[in-house]
Amino acid sequence: MVRENSIVVEKLVREFKKGPRAVDGIDLYVAPGEIYGFLGPNGAGKSTTVLMLTTLLPPTAGSARVGGYDVRTEGPKVRSVIGAALQEAALDPLLTGRDHLKLQAMLQAIPKAERRARQEELLERVGLTDAADRKVRGYSGGMKRRLDLALALVHRPSILFLDEPTTGLDPQSRTALWEEVGRLAREDGVTVFLTTQYLEEADVLADRVGIIDGGKIVAEGTPTALKDEIGRPSIHVMPCREEDRPRIADLMKGYGEPLGSDRDLAVRLHEGIGLVDVVRAMDAEGVVVDDIELRAPTLDDVFLAKTGRTLEGAAAGEDGASAR
Amino acid sequence: MSSPLLTQVGALAQRSIMRTARQPASAIPPLIFPVALLLMNSGGLRASTQLPGFPTDSFVAFALAVPFIQGALFSTMNAGTDLARDIQTGFFSRLSLTPVRGSALLAGQITGIVVLGVLQAVFYIAVGLLLGVRFESGVAGVAVLLVYAALIAAGFGALGSFLALRTGSGESIQSLFPALFVFLFISSMNTPRNLIAVPWFHFLASINPVSYLIECVRSLIITGWDAEALALGFSIAIALVVVSVSAATWALSRRMERT
Repeated sequence: MVRENSIVVEKLVREFKKGPRAVDGIDLYVAPGEIYGFLGPNGAGKSTTVLMLTTLLPPTAGSARVGGYDVRTEGPKVRSVIGAALQEAALDPLLTGRDHLKLQAMLQAIPKAERRARQEELLERVGLTDAADRKVRGYSGGMKRRLDLALALVHRPSILFLDEPTTGLDPQSRTALWEEVGRLAREDGVTVFLTTQYLEEADVLADRVGIIDGGKIVAEGTPTALKDEIGRPSIHVMPCREEDRPRIADLMKGYGEPLGSDRDLAVRLHEGIGLVDVVRAMDAEGVVVDDIELRAPTLDDVFLAKTGRTLEGAAAGEDGASAR
Repeated sequence: MSSPLLTQVGALAQRSIMRTARQPASAIPPLIFPVALLLMNSGGLRASTQLPGFPTDSFVAFALAVPFIQGALFSTMNAGTDLARDIQTGFFSRLSLTPVRGSALLAGQITGIVVLGVLQAVFYIAVGLLLGVRFESGVAGVAVLLVYAALIAAGFGALGSFLALRTGSGESIQSLFPALFVFLFISSMNTPRNLIAVPWFHFLASINPVSYLIECVRSLIITGWDAEALALGFSIAIALVVVSVSAATWALSRRMERT
């Protein structure tokens, strides 16, 4: 039997009274057991999409089915099959980790006989057994995020929404969370819908990536396919002297299409052109550079190709929008 | 499958009590400040009992009614700021993602406030007994007083929840708190209404429902069984519960947009 897609979204729209369309007619499909990375800068519409898919915000138009249930008309059924860790770990600083799990288990109607075992199992799974009886206000950011994940798993959901789960975490905590999320999908068959503004996170973790900008999905596919779409590598040059910048830019135009990078001079190389050709040309012109780098396409290049901006630049420019 | 309503209410009430118990800064002021004010007023206004027509010769017994209402006002602030914090931190969204019913969310919060309100009342009664106050309505009167304390804690707690759900901001609740206290100060808290000589103050104290809430408690302490005071006090307390709970339920439906 073919199982229904875990998440099916068609022409989904969310408008706010005093603002632009936060989500502007997106379509997406997530298969069971898949990790779907939803990548975009702040204010792109990622969190609004998650709020609609988790039934916390009614869509303005379009449709969305999660686990086979309509998010508009079957909210309680949707909530029964999903777990969610929303932006910022929503925890009570005065409760302990164990208190949180107990409360969540009671509200999720876990039978009394199973509650304690489930709590212990989850505490162990996220590595918080030793800290279980400490108040959450003493937890580090990584510990809070792990508890947040454990709370989302209490009722064994088949679909998990993680809204920027590693924002603000140190690299070690980030890697630990990635491993746990990967394990959930691989070993338990949980479908994961993960929003992120980290390219590396989407690249490492996601089976498929949707790139959202200005409320619209601008690209979608596996990270490899998206990068292959861009195909050719780019060359990035940091001039030694600022006054050489226009001359180098002119020279580089002969070897590829200029890329709108703020910090360095960059071109996407024409077919058949290599790093050595550019270096020779610069040498012949007597140009001195601080740094020259050949880069394979990244998801940031995909974002740049689709939107004309880098993801990092877009994030900086849209901080205001994220406060909406 | 969703858990039974009572389990949900119990879990949320337990959390509400646990939060307060773990925040001395929230748990202690409702106990200490009203009693400190009671002791200060009793010392400074003792001479009032010499006024002709003053209903008792113990000012402590007369003023002991006030902490019950002050404590309930603290409940308003605590309930409001706790819920507002839940909204601000996203904990409210976490609860919204569980099968918890809106009614359980509100009832759990209010039940927690009621339990704390009754414990506060027990503390004020104990302080009164230690200060030599004799409860004219006897043990049955004390029991009625505890029921009444539960009722006003529910009313003021629901009011705090309403404010939190509307504003979503703990700071807004705290800024409203002094405004609620104004009602207390323009009531009959320090002088029986029939002895207030200033006409405008007498008028305001007479139309202020807080006067009747205080006089209900006061009647159980110094008079015994005063049907009129009890009827007025309980009617206002019940009306407060009905209006506040209805308002909070409406505000919850607006705040909780889940489908």
